[in-house]
Amino acid sequence: MLSLVRSMWLIFLHMFHKRETFQYPEQKAPLPARWRGRIALTRDPDGGERCVGCYLCAAACPVDCISLQATEDDSGRRYPEFFRINFSRCIFCGFCEEACPTYAIQLLPDYEMAEYNRQNLVYEKKDLLIDSEGKYPGYNYYNIAGMAIRGKDKGDAHQEEPPVDVKSLIP
Amino acid sequence: MIGPAFYIAAAIAVLATIMVITRYNIMHALLYLVVSLLAVAVVLYLYGAPFMAALEVIVYAGAIMVLLIFFVMMLNLGKESAEQEKLWLKPRIWIFPSLLCIILLGELVFLVLQNHQPAAEVKIVDPRAVGMALFGPYILAVELAGMLLMAGIVGAYHLGRQKEKTLHRFLENNEL
Amino acid sequence: MTNFWWIIGGVLFALLNTAAGLIWVERRMLALWQDRYGPNRAGPFGLLVVLADTIKLFFKEDWIPPFADKVVFVFAPAVVMLSVLMSFVVMPFAPQIIVADLNIGLLFFLAMSSLGVYSVVLGGWASNNKYALLGAMRGASQMISYEVFMGLALMGVVVLSGSFNLREIVEAQKTVWFIVPQFIGFLIFLVAGVAETHRLPFDIPEAESELVAGFHSEYSGMKFGMFFIGEYLGITLISGMLVTLYFGGWLGPAFLPPVLWFVIKTFAFIMLFILFRASMPRPRYDQLMEYGWKVLFPLSILNLMVTAAIKLWLNT
Repeated sequence: MLSLVRSMWLIFLHMFHKRETFQYPEQKAPLPARWRGRIALTRDPDGGERCVGCYLCAAACPVDCISLQATEDDSGRRYPEFFRINFSRCIFCGFCEEACPTYAIQLLPDYEMAEYNRQNLVYEKKDLLIDSEGKYPGYNYYNIAGMAIRGKDKGDAHQEEPPVDVKSLIP
Repeated sequence: MIGPAFYIAAAIAVLATIMVITRYNIMHALLYLVVSLLAVAVVLYLYGAPFMAALEVIVYAGAIMVLLIFFVMMLNLGKESAEQEKLWLKPRIWIFPSLLCIILLGELVFLVLQNHQPAAEVKIVDPRAVGMALFGPYILAVELAGMLLMAGIVGAYHLGRQKEKTLHRFLENNEL
Repeated sequence: MTNFWWIIGGVLFALLNTAAGLIWVERRMLALWQDRYGPNRAGPFGLLVVLADTIKLFFKEDWIPPFADKVVFVFAPAVVMLSVLMSFVVMPFAPQIIVADLNIGLLFFLAMSSLGVYSVVLGGWASNNKYALLGAMRGASQMISYEVFMGLALMGVVVLSGSFNLREIVEAQKTVWFIVPQFIGFLIFLVAGVAETHRLPFDIPEAESELVAGFHSEYSGMKFGMFFIGEYLGITLISGMLVTLYFGGWLGPAFLPPVLWFVIKTFAFIMLFILFRASMPRPRYDQLMEYGWKVLFPLSILNLMVTAAIKLWLNT
């Protein structure tokens, strides 16, 4: 019985506390950097697409909202021909980001994606691709991978030894 | 002022009571009974018994009828029971009791017409007078009623008593 | 006679506006006590939310379920409004502002509040819905039980003032408010009043976490609005009654008119009701009944007996 009176008094004291509400449209809530919001495709430091079209994100997606088609350009770099995310199905779980081997797909702290038309929630590659390196600045996949593309032969990558010539007899 | 008000209230009481008897749906019958009780309360108020009128509404309309409705609600009577009621209420069944009632009514009308003296002046009985009467000359009846209620309470407590139940296995062996 | 109609009109106008305004007041106060803002967009301080709510209620589909008992279904919401509004008839707002100065004012209030049970019971039964029925049954037993010791608690006041007339009860408090000699009675009446208006924390007839919306699950539009407004009117009624019976009604220092004193005190109690809602958990149904019959009922009888004994002792 007394505990009820005590709780009433404590609640009454809340009258003089600071209000916790964010007056949303005018005043936005500060989001943590790892907030899982809108999905974006990031770029290399030199401006190339990071995505190599490995389909791992599409495979990891529990609601199957990602679809893409990989292709290869004449320099040997793989890239997605189209990359489509249906945000009306996306649950923002972040599995795609975890699955991505090249840090290409990233979830950003942005949630203002409401649309009147459901079809507008299907984002194509031009909507997803941003001119930024996202959370991993300076990371360049092709600079680390041993794969040869035009302008970067085998052995040119970061901390990579030159390839061993197996046909040579010299030790 | 009192005349028309009395006749309206009395007519409502009689009509509502007739409706109570003729309804097939028991809930509607109970509602008409409530209306009838309210009309009787109005009559009581008009003839100088405001305390009695208030008690009529509080106890009969407000408590006892709610209890009846409460039990009817638990019985889950639907359309079928109304149909059944309809079957039961055939003229063959109600004609004899209503004949008896008509005889009684005739007797009542006869007596009312015989004893044709003007109604006495309305004398208002205030709650104090009711209290004095109850705890003065009628103290024995009050005590008896109290005894009866006490017995009822003890009986209800005995019927409603149940063994201590542990609500959760974690609370077993603990004094609550 | 014209004065009489003016009083009726004024009281009705004030009450309905209070009930509507309470929608806003309650939401703002709850928000304040929960560190939120509450409605603050429409109009100054969000006051127009009352208007928006009313418009919304009016334009909702006024649906009667096909499985419902139509007559009773329509009739039930009117009962709550009617019984509560009728109770205000005997409420003395000020020495002159009282619609009917009945000799049995207090009993009239009890009678009307006991008729108020019907709205819950009939509304729940007519909906023909199991949740509504459960809510109605809880409501019926809760309100009947709490009515008993509500009446018994009030009898302490009657013993002290020697009258059922509410105006005389207020005048009997000229020297000392009845809250002092009748503190236990006041507490019992407060608890019973909360239960009688089935407000939180005693809102088990409409406990939304268990029973969808309890007895008014099937109601929409203005019929729901009637229940809604009836609830706020009930709060106002119980607050007004608390003020009349225990806090000296319109009595107060002379620098404010009596009506204003009454309004201020009533408003304080409405705030208390909202604070109840903000701070208390809902008891389980059996806890409520147990608390009522095993604690409040003996306490109220004891209160009555002690009050009567002291009064007799002082008189002889």
